[in-house]
Amino acid sequence: MSEDFHDSNSLAIDVKGLVKDFNGKIVVNGVDIKMPLGQVWGFLGPNGSGKTTTIRMLCGLLKPTAGSGTCLGFDIINESDKIKKLTGYMTQKFSFWKDLTIRENLEFVGRLYNSKNLKQLVDETLESLGLQHRQSQLAGNLSGGWKQRMALAAVTMHSPKLLLLDEPTAGVDPLARREFWDQIHTLSNKGLTVLVSTHYMDEAERCDQIVYLAHGNLITQGSVRDVIKESGLVTYKGQGENIRQLAPYFKNISGIEHVAYFGNALHISSPDSNELEQAIKNSQKSYSESLNIHWEKIEPSLEDTFISLMLKSGTDQRKY
Amino acid sequence: MEVLNKFRHISAILRKEFIQMSRDKMTFAMMLVIPLMQLILFGFAINTDPKNLPTAIYSEESTLFVRSIISGFEASGFYDVKYKSSSPAENSQLLEEGEVAFAIHIPAGFSANLIKGLRPQILLEADASDPAAASNAVAGVNQIVNQALRHDLKGSLSSLNQKPAPVEVIVHRLYNPEGKSQYNIVPGLLGVILTMTLVMITSMAMTREAETGTLENLLAMPVKPVEVMIGKIIPYVVIGIVQTVVILLAAHYVFSVPFVGNMMSLIIVVVIFILTNLTLGFTFSTVARTQMQAMQLTFFFFLPSILLSGFMFPFRGMPIWAQTIGEILPLTHFLRIIRGIMLKGSGIFQYPQDVMALLAFTFVVGIIAVKRYRQTLD
Repeated sequence: MSEDFHDSNSLAIDVKGLVKDFNGKIVVNGVDIKMPLGQVWGFLGPNGSGKTTTIRMLCGLLKPTAGSGTCLGFDIINESDKIKKLTGYMTQKFSFWKDLTIRENLEFVGRLYNSKNLKQLVDETLESLGLQHRQSQLAGNLSGGWKQRMALAAVTMHSPKLLLLDEPTAGVDPLARREFWDQIHTLSNKGLTVLVSTHYMDEAERCDQIVYLAHGNLITQGSVRDVIKESGLVTYKGQGENIRQLAPYFKNISGIEHVAYFGNALHISSPDSNELEQAIKNSQKSYSESLNIHWEKIEPSLEDTFISLMLKSGTDQRKY
Repeated sequence: MEVLNKFRHISAILRKEFIQMSRDKMTFAMMLVIPLMQLILFGFAINTDPKNLPTAIYSEESTLFVRSIISGFEASGFYDVKYKSSSPAENSQLLEEGEVAFAIHIPAGFSANLIKGLRPQILLEADASDPAAASNAVAGVNQIVNQALRHDLKGSLSSLNQKPAPVEVIVHRLYNPEGKSQYNIVPGLLGVILTMTLVMITSMAMTREAETGTLENLLAMPVKPVEVMIGKIIPYVVIGIVQTVVILLAAHYVFSVPFVGNMMSLIIVVVIFILTNLTLGFTFSTVARTQMQAMQLTFFFFLPSILLSGFMFPFRGMPIWAQTIGEILPLTHFLRIIRGIMLKGSGIFQYPQDVMALLAFTFVVGIIAVKRYRQTLD
């Protein structure tokens, strides 16, 4: 994507140098995001990396300590009222009223957004979710998957232009997760811009681009392929009997960045491929059982890349 | 259009609050049971014995005997002669306004009649709307007067010290002639109950949203703080009115408390007082981080309210510093007005200072509430 594409009309989010300082505790440390309209972006990073705080600053729930920018063309500091009207924000924790029924929750939200033909709108929403028969059930009694489905319905009912989803699929079963993503892509095809934070790699791979945050700093961003390539990581995959017992050996070699055991195979990664090849040769000399292990060079997975990024970003430098 | 949206938002919040209220059966029951329980406990239980009650004296003559009687009243410890009135009307006015608990009238010719042995009379009018304040002071009054004169009735006058007593004190118990505590306690309870339940419940209003995480959702939606505040307060105004009706009915049917005042005055003052408490509760809920803290704040406020407002102990019987604190509390002012209306037949206009105090309190606290309401999660 060329730089001139980023004119303000086509950007859903355009922020620069966002900083959030909670009484001397810097949680977000200068984040820039330029996100075009109509895309689906993944927001990744370890726990406590500042994803939630950044999302909250985008939709006016927190005032940035420093930095500026716009969301849907409105200033994030002075025009959060206008941003709120056009944005749907799904919180990390289920934040609808548990002592209201599904219908009551939807009606309440609809009223606050001044939705027209409320009854019809709620009926349609319930129908599209397949929730009609449960509409008078209390939201607090729903299972995790249904809660999340209801929340998505509630935050999209007013037809927002931008959807901010904060770990929407945490603790949801794989089928519900897949259905959830199908729905996000359907919404995206209708022109909705979606920024979704997640810890799941398969979800990251469903995004047009990913933004990786660690310790409040933006570490990298781009398409999945770009991020992997940019990391310059080389990964070897070893398969064979007792491969797991070799893990401690590789872990002790300082040139190897990380060693992980994935589905019957050992992945060893390092930015330096010579180092890896040397280590594999040495292992075959010192351990007889390692002779029948088959090693091959593979493209690093996103997970390998992230672990490497996490390690590279070092310990948390933020002051508390 | 803007106004219409505002109204829509308020009614959306209001509707939600009513639904939530109806789902929370426990709290709902508490709001109706607590008043009745307190009414029964306090209504039958409280009694006290205060000293140094403010007194006004109107004496039509100034003789040795009159001076002895006045110092006798003061020496008794029950009376504190604060006013020397210039007419019976002034005495009455001081009583009605609650400035004094007693008004004494010594008629012209008292001394001359005393010397002649004609057993002259003194009139003691007591504000018996608070019977606790009046009872012991009134019970001892004959003895106080005659004891005070004993020193003066010497020599040729000593024969007057024989029985029967040389002076007769006529006692008029005003406003509550039978001296029933309930007459005083029950209108007071109206104030206490409204303070407790309303402050407590609204103090949870915002903290509950914060604690359950729904506040984040509410803040992310296009709704203004004032809209949320009004929408959350109105349902409790309704609750307050229901409580008032319950208490007034109980006052009438269970405790037979007379109602001699103006109904319109009562309604106005009750509504003002309900709003005062709700605003205060809402302010607490913007300060407290958890429902537990909200509860603690409520009790922090509730205890002085119950102890220093003149509900438990007669206001004028408290030390000055306690009265000063009491003047800050809305309940103090409410009690004066409500007792005035129910027992003395006064109207709201006879208590301009107290009404102003209530309104000022509501206004100041309301400003704090709107300022404190967090529009962000910071």
